[in-house]
Amino acid sequence: MKDLKVLIEECKEHAFDLNFTRAKNWKEEKEGRVLVGYMPIYFPREIIHAAGGMLVGIFGGGDNKQIIKGDAYYQSYICHIPRSIMEIALDKHLEHIDGFIFPSICDVIRNLSGIFKQQKIGKFVKYMDFPQNFLPQIGGVFYQQEMEHVLKYIKEINGKVPTKDELNHSIDLYNKNRQLIEFIYNIRQEYPWRLSIEDVYSIVRAGTVIPVEEHNAILEQICTHIKEDIGVPQDKIKVVVSGAFCEQPALGLIRAIEEAGCYVVDDDYMLGSRMILGDIDATTDNPLESIALSYINQSQYSSSIYDVHDPKENRLAKIVKDRGADGVIFASASFCDPSLLDAPIFQNAFDRMGIRYIAFQFSENINQYKVIKEQVGTFSDSIKLWEDEPILVAK
Amino acid sequence: MSKEAIKEKSMILQKEMVEGLFNDLANAKELGKKVCYTFIPGNLSELIRTFDMLPVYPEINALQSAMRKQSGAYIKEAERNAHSEDVCTYVKCDVGMMMKGNIGPTGQKIPEPDVLLLSYTGCFTFLKWFETLKREYPNAKVVMVHTPYQENGEMTPEMTQYMVKQLKEEVIPQLEEVTGIKYDEAKLQAHLKLSAEAEDWITKIFDTTKHKPSPIDAYFAGVYYIGPINIGFRGTQKAVDYYKELYKEIQIRIENGQGPITPEGEMKEEKYRLVVEGPPNWTSFREFWKIFYDMGAVIVASSYTKVGGVYDMGWRHDPERPLEALAEYCMNCYTNMNIPQRIDLLKKCIVDYDADGYVTNSIKSCNSFSAGQLGMMREIEDSLEVPVGFIESDLVDPRYFSYSNIKNRLESYFQMLEQRKKMEKETV
Repeated sequence: MKDLKVLIEECKEHAFDLNFTRAKNWKEEKEGRVLVGYMPIYFPREIIHAAGGMLVGIFGGGDNKQIIKGDAYYQSYICHIPRSIMEIALDKHLEHIDGFIFPSICDVIRNLSGIFKQQKIGKFVKYMDFPQNFLPQIGGVFYQQEMEHVLKYIKEINGKVPTKDELNHSIDLYNKNRQLIEFIYNIRQEYPWRLSIEDVYSIVRAGTVIPVEEHNAILEQICTHIKEDIGVPQDKIKVVVSGAFCEQPALGLIRAIEEAGCYVVDDDYMLGSRMILGDIDATTDNPLESIALSYINQSQYSSSIYDVHDPKENRLAKIVKDRGADGVIFASASFCDPSLLDAPIFQNAFDRMGIRYIAFQFSENINQYKVIKEQVGTFSDSIKLWEDEPILVAK
Repeated sequence: MSKEAIKEKSMILQKEMVEGLFNDLANAKELGKKVCYTFIPGNLSELIRTFDMLPVYPEINALQSAMRKQSGAYIKEAERNAHSEDVCTYVKCDVGMMMKGNIGPTGQKIPEPDVLLLSYTGCFTFLKWFETLKREYPNAKVVMVHTPYQENGEMTPEMTQYMVKQLKEEVIPQLEEVTGIKYDEAKLQAHLKLSAEAEDWITKIFDTTKHKPSPIDAYFAGVYYIGPINIGFRGTQKAVDYYKELYKEIQIRIENGQGPITPEGEMKEEKYRLVVEGPPNWTSFREFWKIFYDMGAVIVASSYTKVGGVYDMGWRHDPERPLEALAEYCMNCYTNMNIPQRIDLLKKCIVDYDADGYVTNSIKSCNSFSAGQLGMMREIEDSLEVPVGFIESDLVDPRYFSYSNIKNRLESYFQMLEQRKKMEKETV
């Protein structure tokens, strides 16, 4: 078993490698392998794996990529991630990736799929229209057709049609992956000092750019490490971070939140890797249907899913309660429609429920966190120091 | 600017139609009518009429508030209640208007919805908007129909079937439940027949810009022309009559060699013919328009007039396939088309209507339109070698309309067009 620090360093190297070296090497190791890039939030990686491919998470350039060409494609009032993805593409970081999937998140990512099509980047470009209808016989069937469409594209490249057993095997592997990630979050709920949120983030993100088998092996080792009583507890409050599910905050910002006095016991940073709650049935004769049903019946709430029958504010409140969190930090990417349009819904509900929160906006490339750190620090202090004080009302 | 606008018969007809709708809305309870909030792109007008409901379009309320200079206050009201500065200003204007009593453009109160019918077409924000409205109107029935995006530049049978199933199994049963009216397919078909007729007329109307001078402005005046077909009258004889009358008026203008009517009378000289991409600014609509007509620029085609339906390529509501027709209509709205399709459509407009230039009005708070516009502009410039212009404003937030910036940019653009024309003449 490798040392925890070594494992984390390996994950960081993979997670922020804009050349996607491990994926590229994996593809070159065997003929017929296909790489498919995907944008946030979620895509059923199982089907690509079963078809002899690997899904590669393209989550923007973060603070590691200077944007020059990408700015020529997007106005200043559009979020940062499409311009950094364009920059990565135009700088030929994505040349070894065969096709691209743009899951339905918002208008910006949707239209970015059109720009990729127009620029003829990759062998295929697929905007993945996740169903907003949650009846299995309607939305479920449509979702299966969308998955079949993607499989058709891959077949055109490598000639492979995954069998039922291959699909079920892939589902098994990703079930394991989700279980291990959840184990880490569950440990951190009680002992957040054993592994920082910065490290958790890097570990989970690495899983989007390396083979799942390798990621599972890393996760197994990390889980073994954090079962031990390691680290030193600090006097920090526990929070849930919500709203950063697409454009990702820079690692420094993720670190800054914890340094400012908040253990992050749950978050939606890498929501796609945790989108399905619990296992997907890996024993059926129709694995695509199983995957579709898992999305319909057991997916996490998201700002990109129409929620009126299962209000997101109640679901986030439940996470706060279950994790024993003291409050919520709403971290929205600047100009992120889904996240910002949800803000009043969450905040009005949390005012009523008495759940404490703060909100700020970020951009993936900001690397000055002083203001945010002060805001988070004040939030933490206000809970730690004065939580039980009676409220003084001036007369 | 203080001059009284000239009104033709078609304008009076439209005014009567709109006033009639708002009067009915104000008296919905007395009339025993259910009220259905819905959106323009992908609006299921014929189905709403089949169930005898009255439609309310929140984005129309927002733009009318802007034209009446009230949107700024509404937006600020919403922002005081946690709405971000950086999101769709239609949403904030609507929410602010609701917070301030929901008084519509005719000064009458708009009734609360019985149904929130979301045919989520081409704009993700619609979905978020109705999530917000549902929380404000907890007693309203929410009916959602998910319109697949034309991601591959086509409407596949699977996409159509997905929508038809939603209509059959979810939308129609829920509308029956709310209204107590049984679904009558023959009634729907009758509406669809009239829709197709109105669609024929509006296509012919927008095609008149092939004439030189163009008898109409297909953007600034175009937004009025699309009113009846978009705000609940599609599928009625009234809409057909309106478009027939409008077409007649335009024919007379063509015969007389007249240019478009502007708020200050007839445009005397057509100097530049333009295609415009993106919605207009509503807070300073007249000032915005004036910059163009003062320079002799007429808009011969615009993408915005296709936001409630694209009829240019021959698609029509087919009464013989009623639910399929509704599905296809939703999928075929402009913002539900992918970027290459949009580019092709705009290029076709530039060629067919012999445009001198292409202008993008990029809206700060509308990503459905704005995201991708720069790439589209570059492609159009490269492939057609047409001069392109770019300006920025907003839908209904007066803080983002900078008259002098826009005027300066457009003046420079028109100088460029002038130069180009001179060079072309010299070459000939």
